Amino acid sequence: MDEHVERELTERIQAAAGSRTPLRIRGGGTKDFYGLALEGDILDTRGCRGIVAYEPTELFVTARAGTRLEDIERALAEHGQMLAFEPPHFGAAATVGGCVASGLSGPRRASAGAVRDFVLGVKLVDGHGQILRFGGQVMKNVAGYDVSRLMAGALGTLGLLLEVTLKVLPRPAAERTLRLEMPEDQALAALNRWAGQPLPISGSCVFGQEVMIRLSGAAAAVAKARESLGGELVSDGPAFWEELREQRLGFFGDGVPLWRLSLPSTTPPLGFPGEQLIEWGGALRWLHTWDRADRIRDAAVRAGGHATLFRGGGEEERRVIGVFQPLPTALADLHRRLKQTFDPAGILNRHRMYEAW
Amino acid sequence: MDATTTGEGNFTAVDGPRLVAALRGVLLADALLHAREDLVPYECDGLSAYRQVPLAVALPHDEAQLVAALKVCREHGAPVVARGAGTGLSGGAMPHARGVVVSLARFNRILRVDPLGRTAVVQPGVRNLAISEAAAPHGLYYAPDPSSQIACTIGGNVAENSGGVHCLKYGLTVHNVLRVRAVTLDGEALELGSAALDAPGFDLLALIHGSEGLLAVITEITVRLTPRPETAQVVMAAFDDAGRAAGSVAHIIAAGIIPAGLEMMDRKAVEAVEPFVHAGYPLDAEAILLCEADGTPEEVADEIAGVQEVMATSGAQDMWVSRSEAERLRFWAGRKAAFPAAGRVSPDYYCMDGTIPRRRLAEMLGAIAQMEKKHALRCMNVFHAGDGNLHPLILYDANLPGELERAEAFGAEILELSVALGGTITGEHGVGIEKIDQMCVQFAGPELEAFHRIKAAFDPAGLLNPGKAVPTLHRCAEFGRMHVHRGELKFPDLERF
Repeated sequence: MDEHVERELTERIQAAAGSRTPLRIRGGGTKDFYGLALEGDILDTRGCRGIVAYEPTELFVTARAGTRLEDIERALAEHGQMLAFEPPHFGAAATVGGCVASGLSGPRRASAGAVRDFVLGVKLVDGHGQILRFGGQVMKNVAGYDVSRLMAGALGTLGLLLEVTLKVLPRPAAERTLRLEMPEDQALAALNRWAGQPLPISGSCVFGQEVMIRLSGAAAAVAKARESLGGELVSDGPAFWEELREQRLGFFGDGVPLWRLSLPSTTPPLGFPGEQLIEWGGALRWLHTWDRADRIRDAAVRAGGHATLFRGGGEEERRVIGVFQPLPTALADLHRRLKQTFDPAGILNRHRMYEAW
Repeated sequence: MDATTTGEGNFTAVDGPRLVAALRGVLLADALLHAREDLVPYECDGLSAYRQVPLAVALPHDEAQLVAALKVCREHGAPVVARGAGTGLSGGAMPHARGVVVSLARFNRILRVDPLGRTAVVQPGVRNLAISEAAAPHGLYYAPDPSSQIACTIGGNVAENSGGVHCLKYGLTVHNVLRVRAVTLDGEALELGSAALDAPGFDLLALIHGSEGLLAVITEITVRLTPRPETAQVVMAAFDDAGRAAGSVAHIIAAGIIPAGLEMMDRKAVEAVEPFVHAGYPLDAEAILLCEADGTPEEVADEIAGVQEVMATSGAQDMWVSRSEAERLRFWAGRKAAFPAAGRVSPDYYCMDGTIPRRRLAEMLGAIAQMEKKHALRCMNVFHAGDGNLHPLILYDANLPGELERAEAFGAEILELSVALGGTITGEHGVGIEKIDQMCVQFAGPELEAFHRIKAAFDPAGLLNPGKAVPTLHRCAEFGRMHVHRGELKFPDLERF
């Protein structure tokens, strides 16, 4: 049955490559909003689902790409484990394939790592219609290029993921959320200072004068850090971090274009008009603004980072300014050549990342 | 061996004298070596069984000179092998007979340490340990700690995606680098990753890690620095059965503990190191585990208690907890001396680097014991048990007829079993030239072809480190086996674990 589904998907890609028909890879469709364009006939991955292998003592889970993320997280929770990069779902239908392809990570990213850091292996169909396997189920593996991690965040433009293997970690023994008050510049300074100390900070969020901090780890270490950081203990901590991860906090819903600025954590306040929310100890800044794309992108690049038009903006505007930060010429050429090697017919998620391909 | 015979490219047309003359035109006099006596020190890396004198060695002072030298090589169709400290164990930096070694030795400056942002910007020729030393005044360090860290360079660490004893908790090189600047053979500078936590486009930062010098030449690296843990402690446990020790490793992980380090040695390894190092290891145990906890004093106390409890219920016969920093270091000293100890008890040894799923450890140990009988050779086993990375050391004497061939067959059998058990032929040493044939066991044709296409996207002329890391399909058809001599391991004073 599984082989049958894989064969069907592979044959569709082979046929599409032959006729140069664009295909739009789609799991639960919860991240349809993310990226530049949705072009082509839908290639639904949800027939390819199920956990293939989960070994709690080996710290990995292998699942078919169409497996629902929440099913995986539930299976892990039964063994006291988790996906430590805390992926956003953006809907109950979210699949693990989409999670890896979108490359998005949640509040724990700054301390635990991103989805790419947890990808151990993939099985994919490239644009030639060939099934390829890279990486595996072990944590240390330097044989061949690390194509598995390359798939994280590639938005399905290099291949259709059939199966992914992710490293998993134990859930922390204790977790507490604190609320503190301070202005943005002081909050940024404090977050960076704390990150340089052996404190078990696993999440941070600055909005207005309010600073939320999550502590995770051994009970004694969490208690001690809670004491040294001060602030007020929040009772509904887990709910807050979930709302933040899923972008259901009031901040996220106002219809103004939402920019995702990924910056060095020490970048001073940027001072754009509009509301801002800071995560990842200062390294991730969400900005609702009508300000001009080039001004936002220039500021991000000057600071050493980049800006993504995450949500909003009209279709035409998105096409003109692009969703992702434009790449310097040499890097853009290299991207084109890599795309060419994996998908010479240019059929997989065409124009999803950049207008050029 | 002659790299021009490996089947990866034909470079016989490279005109040595003209190439050297052209390099002289773009490099300062002190940045070019071409006399044979000056070239010989570059003929191999840490895997000295494979030697090759190159046509020239370039030692550029800066990126502009590097780009100029690469341009000359491209014009002359000459292979380029980038080299850091040359401590690699897989022959990745072995020169090409018709090519140029580009040494990054002069890219040796730490450009910036940002204590608040917890990053350091360094040149590729900076030693791994030098980064931690520069960060130390700020209570920070660079976490990945390959055993050769006093000598190996960060550029080489990126090229090999180096591991270390602490990667179970702190990750590999790829998890601790934010940005790499590299130049292609065409002289284009690429910024991979960024000073932020991610970058737009494909994750080429991941791709450059472990690419063994085949894609681009690294000129600058931004690393992440980690707060130094306040304290660390080690539990040493003795088991009367290696399988039980392996089981204990699984139980520790199952208990939700991710130790900073989790190492295993079998009886033969303990017997070899103890008379030499006096680490205090029990000589009557079939296997010992070393489990390190680090963090705040509270975290360490918690974790050590947890580890002891698990070890006791999973069959440890005896346990010792380090009571001082000196004792902790003494416990580690034996583990770190495993390679030199192998050299003391045997004229030659062959070090393997496979990784297997942890749950297959006991099975692998049993299989290795069978292989010892089959090949009539001894094998001492040291493992990064926490992440399943094995370093079996096959003991042999190259002067006895047939032993070397038996050692090779033994090693190949271990690597092939590693793949069969769901693992890999190399956990941290890289493929280089040493394991290029075993790549044929791990990967099928379509994957190997994909690797070659990726290389061509970066290096269309195929001049960067040709013949390494990824075998041609033709080579796989002529599959052969390789080996390592202990007598030829360079840097005998470096710790190897």
